[in-house]
Amino acid sequence: MSVSVQSSAFDVGAEIAEVTKNAHGIGAIASFVGLVRDLHEIDGASANVTAMTLEHYPGMTEHALEEIVAAAHQRWQLIAVRVIHRYGRLEPGEGIVLVVVASAHRGEAFAACEFIMDFLKTRAPFWKKEESPEGGRWVAARDDDEAATARWLDRR
Amino acid sequence: MTLKLLYFAHLREALGTAGEELAVPENITNVAGLRAHLAARGGRWRVLVESQNLRAAVNQQMAGDEVTVLAGDEVAFFPPVTGG
Repeated sequence: MSVSVQSSAFDVGAEIAEVTKNAHGIGAIASFVGLVRDLHEIDGASANVTAMTLEHYPGMTEHALEEIVAAAHQRWQLIAVRVIHRYGRLEPGEGIVLVVVASAHRGEAFAACEFIMDFLKTRAPFWKKEESPEGGRWVAARDDDEAATARWLDRR
Repeated sequence: MTLKLLYFAHLREALGTAGEELAVPENITNVAGLRAHLAARGGRWRVLVESQNLRAAVNQQMAGDEVTVLAGDEVAFFPPVTGG
């Protein structure tokens, strides 16, 4: 299964080992790990973050991630893709998302990994609520994430 | 016709509900019509037409205001996504 939405932590090394097992045509692996940070910049100021809770839309989330992976496979010659996104309450330092892309050469792996993350940020139905000493706060969507997705739509 | 409605994140908290089964009049044919129907409840429901910043999905596919809704559809409303 190339896409998982889960509350439990992931092991990057184990996931890469699983992707490469018996797949000796793989010459390149690119991976991305997104982590919970302990601060958040809002309007130029920094706010402390003690934890965050990720909410998602069960069913749609998995479909959206599978569509993004399928689009990456259409665009590049990829040997394997693995995406794990967590939900629930996470503390600073914990992994939120893992993307592993395997291909024959590095170019495809780097590009597809970035493509998958850019679309995940704007198309997959997850929402973050941060906890801080001042209370809870829903994270606002960022315009630069939309711009990062749009640049893939502009170039084929 | 009856629709399954879902609300997520900030919107779920603002409306005080995660979702509902709702019978709507037959003259509601698309997402925009459904938004207006819900907003007509008044009060906090006005956000469905007043916010420029709410997204929708019909049967778990992102959907603009013009997308058709049919009996039995699952329609979700939510803020812009912030995963990753």
